[in-house]
Amino acid sequence: MMTLRGYRVVPFALGLGTLILLIAAMELLIRAGVVNKFIVPTPSQIGGAFSRVIAEEDIPHRFLVTAREAFWAAVLLVVFGIGIGVLLYRVQLLRAATETWVAAFASAPTVLMYPLFLVIFGRSEKTIIMMGFIAGLPAVILKTIEGLSGTRRVLIDVGRSFNLTEFQLFWKILFPAALATIFVGLRLGMIFALINIVGVEFLINFGGLGQLINDLAERYDLAGTYAAICFVILVSVVFFFLTDRLERWLRPAA
Amino acid sequence: MAETGRLTAPAAPFVGPVTLVRVAIIAAVLVIWEAVAASGLLFRDVVPSLLVIARALVELLTDPSYYFNLGVTAGEIGTAMLIGGLAGLAVGILLGANPLLASAYEAFLYYLGPTPKIIFFPVMIMWFGVGPGSKIAMGVISCFFPVALSAAAGMRGIDRVLIRVGRSFRLTTWQMVTKIYLPAMRMPVINGVRLGLGVAIIGTLLAETKLSNKGIGFLIINAYSTFNMPRMYALLIVLFVLSIGVNALVGRFGGVETRKT
Repeated sequence: MMTLRGYRVVPFALGLGTLILLIAAMELLIRAGVVNKFIVPTPSQIGGAFSRVIAEEDIPHRFLVTAREAFWAAVLLVVFGIGIGVLLYRVQLLRAATETWVAAFASAPTVLMYPLFLVIFGRSEKTIIMMGFIAGLPAVILKTIEGLSGTRRVLIDVGRSFNLTEFQLFWKILFPAALATIFVGLRLGMIFALINIVGVEFLINFGGLGQLINDLAERYDLAGTYAAICFVILVSVVFFFLTDRLERWLRPAA
Repeated sequence: MAETGRLTAPAAPFVGPVTLVRVAIIAAVLVIWEAVAASGLLFRDVVPSLLVIARALVELLTDPSYYFNLGVTAGEIGTAMLIGGLAGLAVGILLGANPLLASAYEAFLYYLGPTPKIIFFPVMIMWFGVGPGSKIAMGVISCFFPVALSAAAGMRGIDRVLIRVGRSFRLTTWQMVTKIYLPAMRMPVINGVRLGLGVAIIGTLLAETKLSNKGIGFLIINAYSTFNMPRMYALLIVLFVLSIGVNALVGRFGGVETRKT
């Protein structure tokens, strides 16, 4: 297949072409009255609403609010997620007793606890940060345990032959060897956290980008709502893409 | 004649150390909870006594309206899984079977999959109204992506020999799907369904908490609005048990072993 700088041109053109065709078809269908323009605005209206929403709704500030919430959730995930993971790796009995609980917790719909956190922390950033943190915690714990347990025996033996202390063994052997897997956990955790952060912002009508969508929808600003949704999708895709690249960059080091 | 002794494993202790640790953790959590509830450190009723929560749990489970609302939510999630799951399976098989289509479109699924789906709820309300339709739609768009991606990966993982055997028997496309593809990709599909079910439950219930007058999500937000904390705890406990149970059941149904990391 024809390639250009590593990208396959034909599939790329097909994917992009289909997207453009769909947008064009939607524009025509709405203009022709086949699709109700009071339910779905034309793509050109949505495109035009972008600059208006960015200017009038202070998107940069809202983006920073969501980013700040994501940052604090990430800090909590690093401290508690990796911390608990290391603890469970070190204390095998505790790991045997609780690992299945952590896995079960991962499949529980924890985001439904947001009314509980609203009562505890109020309608504030703390609630949103905690919801993000809780959503990402099981993935970070499980992947930290997996990464540390997957360290090759020979590396640990080399460390012991150099008479490394337990502290040195952890920082010089175990942690670097497990870093790639731990990062996979952090990436997964951050994806879950970001989904919850934007979701809870939307649900409690507080904070950054999630609140913006709720605000615009309540004002029945159709084009603005669609533009804000597109913006959040764009942010989410860029975040996912960048962390994906970072993970691939870290992988060979494992 | 010398008597040969039979090798026997030492009798296992009645309660293993793992069970003991588990019991100790649960007991510690319950004691701390009760102590916090009695201390009045937090606002009154934010952490109610365990006895009060247990009473609320019994009241909830004996309340006929709870089962009506559970039925509404289960119906919405079931319909969402049926529509989203089948659509995801069809798209996954299509992408997995055709490398060109996979290269062209799978990136869309891969990158759109992790976006927060609840942001589509205002659009779903406009398209499907404030009734169960918009909640089902939320469940559909939530579960579609994991099922489609798992099915595509499963399709690519099918042993080529099986496909060649099917073709040598001149099976029709439908026969290939039902006799070769689906049985061979059962495990990844079941995994995808498990993931899809989890996010469909979340999508549907979140939509119910935002705008609804029935369903478990509505009950939770209603308990919050009336500051009925024991009932909210009872609802969350029941919901977590049901979700984890259904997830484990789907896994067992497909013979999926819970992988220990």
